Amino acid sequence: MTDAMRAETVQITGHAGDTVEAYLAQPLEGPPAGGVVVIHHMPGYDEATKEITRKFAARGYLAICPNLYFREAPGASPDDAAAAARAQGGVPDDRLVGDVDGAANHLRSLASSNGRIATIGYCSGGRQSFLAACSLAIDAAVDCYGAFVVAPPPEGLPINVEPIVQLAPGLSCPLLGLFGADDQYPSPEEVDVLEQALVEAGKEFEFHRYEGAGHAFFNTDRTSYRPEAAAEGWQRIWEFFDRFLATH
Amino acid sequence: MCTYQTTTLPVRGSGKGAEGWFPVSDATVYFDHPVHAAGDHTLNIDLINPSRGAGARVAVELDPTSARALALAILQSLDGAPAGLLAPAPG
Repeated sequence: MTDAMRAETVQITGHAGDTVEAYLAQPLEGPPAGGVVVIHHMPGYDEATKEITRKFAARGYLAICPNLYFREAPGASPDDAAAAARAQGGVPDDRLVGDVDGAANHLRSLASSNGRIATIGYCSGGRQSFLAACSLAIDAAVDCYGAFVVAPPPEGLPINVEPIVQLAPGLSCPLLGLFGADDQYPSPEEVDVLEQALVEAGKEFEFHRYEGAGHAFFNTDRTSYRPEAAAEGWQRIWEFFDRFLATH
Repeated sequence: MCTYQTTTLPVRGSGKGAEGWFPVSDATVYFDHPVHAAGDHTLNIDLINPSRGAGARVAVELDPTSARALALAILQSLDGAPAGLLAPAPG
């Protein structure tokens, strides 16, 4: 077995049958593997998110990141695409779910898939990972500091973001939540509310909160990066995926 | 955090982007993560023309102090101009 991987841009069928660009990374050898749908943050389908996608493949998983802004800005640079999507009100929730479903189906169709699927998202993608896991039949989900799951966004935002904590009874899989104790979006109190909703719904979940870390502590390109929290967080992710994505 | 905060408004004028001058039709103003500037949050302005594609964009990311100073300078410049010159551009 080698550690060779293949990473490339592919076309998938997303929400409403639309053709959507995605970044696919997969090991070239190894046993059938679980798949990870990586949901990019608001800054878009950028180099940092593609690097995360490759990180999962390097660990032996199939991984795909759909370009959620492809419709607004096909072929545009990630920052231009993010600006265009923002100006047009962001990604509607139903379209997000459809695109994640399409990405998951693409992974399941690969010969090297074991049929199991997880979602993971950061920042806005954290909320969207929870949303997808409450809307689709998948096997594991990771929410990295997703805001506006519990609390409504401030008044007057033109972007369509509504609380979705009420969807918790529909959560289809175990949920791993990774949060910064200093974050205000989501605040520790909001994380408490989500935790309580999951308890009341009888769902399997584990939350970890990191002292000294705020929002976006995984983001190595930002001053918000907290190496201790990020290293701990990655370890929790690997353990979680080993439990729920691996072929047993 | 990702603030999601966004103000959009129609504008008339021109901007110089990656492929030269183009007419701008809209502006987006938001305080959120920058793509390039130092710091976790900046005041970001996109002057765009969606009809010409996502690449038709002039973008700036300014630290809050700079952004306020720029806003004041714009207002002072307009306030100091002869009133007869401030009519909207034709078209």
